[in-house]
Amino acid sequence: MSAFDQATGAAAARNPQPHGGLVRSVRDALVVAQRNLIRMLRIPEVVIFGLIQPIMFVVLFTYVFGGSIAVPGAPAGDAQAYREFLMAGIFAQTVTFATAGAGAGIADDMHKGLIDRFRSLPMSRGAVLTGRTLADLVQTALTLVVLAVVALLIGWRSHENPASVLAGFALLLLLGYAFSWIGALIGLSVRTPEAATSGGLLWLFPLTFISNAFVPVNGMPAFLQHVAEWNPFSATVAGARQLFGNTIEGVPQSVTGAWPMEHPVLASVIWSVLIIVVFRTLAVRKYRSATA
Amino acid sequence: MPGAIYAEGLVKTFGEVRALDGVDLDVPEGTVLGMLGPNGAGKTTAVRVLTTLLRPDRGTARVAGVDVVAHPDAVRRAIGLSGQFAAVDEYLTGRENLVMVGRLYQMSGRDAKRRAAELLERFNLGDAADRTAKTYSGGMRRRLDLAAALVVSPPVMFMDEPTTGLDPRNRQALWDVIQELVAGGTTLLLTTQYLEEADRLAHDICVVDHGRVIARGTSDQLKARTGGERIEVVVHAPEHLPVAEGVLRAVAKGDGAVDPHTRRLTFPVTGGAKLLAEVIRELDSRGVEIDDIGLRRPTLDDVFIALTGHTAEAARDGGDTPADGDRAGAATTKEGVR
Repeated sequence: MSAFDQATGAAAARNPQPHGGLVRSVRDALVVAQRNLIRMLRIPEVVIFGLIQPIMFVVLFTYVFGGSIAVPGAPAGDAQAYREFLMAGIFAQTVTFATAGAGAGIADDMHKGLIDRFRSLPMSRGAVLTGRTLADLVQTALTLVVLAVVALLIGWRSHENPASVLAGFALLLLLGYAFSWIGALIGLSVRTPEAATSGGLLWLFPLTFISNAFVPVNGMPAFLQHVAEWNPFSATVAGARQLFGNTIEGVPQSVTGAWPMEHPVLASVIWSVLIIVVFRTLAVRKYRSATA
Repeated sequence: MPGAIYAEGLVKTFGEVRALDGVDLDVPEGTVLGMLGPNGAGKTTAVRVLTTLLRPDRGTARVAGVDVVAHPDAVRRAIGLSGQFAAVDEYLTGRENLVMVGRLYQMSGRDAKRRAAELLERFNLGDAADRTAKTYSGGMRRRLDLAAALVVSPPVMFMDEPTTGLDPRNRQALWDVIQELVAGGTTLLLTTQYLEEADRLAHDICVVDHGRVIARGTSDQLKARTGGERIEVVVHAPEHLPVAEGVLRAVAKGDGAVDPHTRRLTFPVTGGAKLLAEVIRELDSRGVEIDDIGLRRPTLDDVFIALTGHTAEAARDGGDTPADGDRAGAATTKEGVR
């Protein structure tokens, strides 16, 4: 045997990575991310449709509900107070929709046999998923920029310094990144891209509505108030609201006294990191044994 | 010394279905093994185990001398896989697809680009290199998929039904590419439902059914198992049938068949071309007008029917959607046969 005798094979097995493990992981993830970004540019409809829903929500919530919802500490029907209250919620809901994108994309790759191809290559095991979630992060960031402009146009204002505002957006992006790992796991678990899309979106509605995102928690039944204030999603909304300066002086963010509402920025970071650790582990394990 | 692809006692079950039920393989370096079997026979499962995509429940397999379970990453560096679907990203151009695969084989960006350009030329995709794969025809996608499997010139290749769904012209073109590849020394395991394809490309053939290898050998050896050659004659007029039958009976090694409708006579013989010439002279001297005459050897189709009790075609009709075909098909064929 010449080209690949046993000795060569065994030597290759002893030294399994031409690059160091971490270097290879990062490099492979960037190659996959680049691939997904090229796809994004070639299918701009996906980005555009991804923008329409949040913009529609901003407009509908502001003009339909704005006059009827009393923000604690502000007079009833104060539309400007509601606009400022609402925007962190809309931003946060928008980043969670990255879940559906990641899920559908990965399910599509499974369906088309691309995951098999990747799995037969000597590449890092987590790179396909990491590359996908990184590309989604870029898309989410772009969506947030456009949405922020729309928000400014309809009268949303921040009352904090630029560094704090940027920190608020970083907090939102971290949540979006965490949720795209949930999407990755969904994408690997379902049979079709369509199922990944609906499976990725369905649970987001209760998650984002039983929260402090669109209406103040104090109007909910006591039981739901607890659920809403411990909801990881609420922590990010409250954290972003605080960093944007969209809270009203002297009014506590919490109704039940839940810890995450007392320390929303810290709680949001903890929740997001926890979600990334858990779902990345599960998704990578699933990927290793994925069968189309 | 074990071959470039070696497997012993591979077992893989999916729920109730034993997709692989003790498969042994040994493919010497530089040869082509044609794995022939109906949909659901376990061909794809075998390829998936050998290419590290699936862990076997039992048994061992080594590819290029490396154990697939213990050192999957080393195996992946030595193999190329072209699966049942053209696994290319349709929103990337042909070139971008190949560069991406090259980089994921850990090539530098420059090497990956150079290799992509070479392969695009070789697979006659040069003109379409910078168009998205979405615009490619089925044959072009297959060629691109094959090119992706060849980015690092792997010593061992796996092709799972490479020509399924291609029109005859594209199938022929792909066969030429595969033959060229094998002439260059690549070891190849090829699965197929097309008997003609195995006959044409493979040095050795193993027939798989219900997760077992039920026969193996060269195409000629397999055909010999279903009986030897026979002479087939089609006479011009029905009234010539009795005379022709007499002539053939005199030389036949056993009972034959006479079909008055098609005016065809078929008799088993030994003696090959020399005997055929004698029979022609004899028929001619007795004034029998002949429409067609020939020495027929059994086809792989005959072999398949003899071995499995059903044709490859019939089993294929019982198959399912490609995604679940291997598993669902296994259940279907089992019911169909027993």
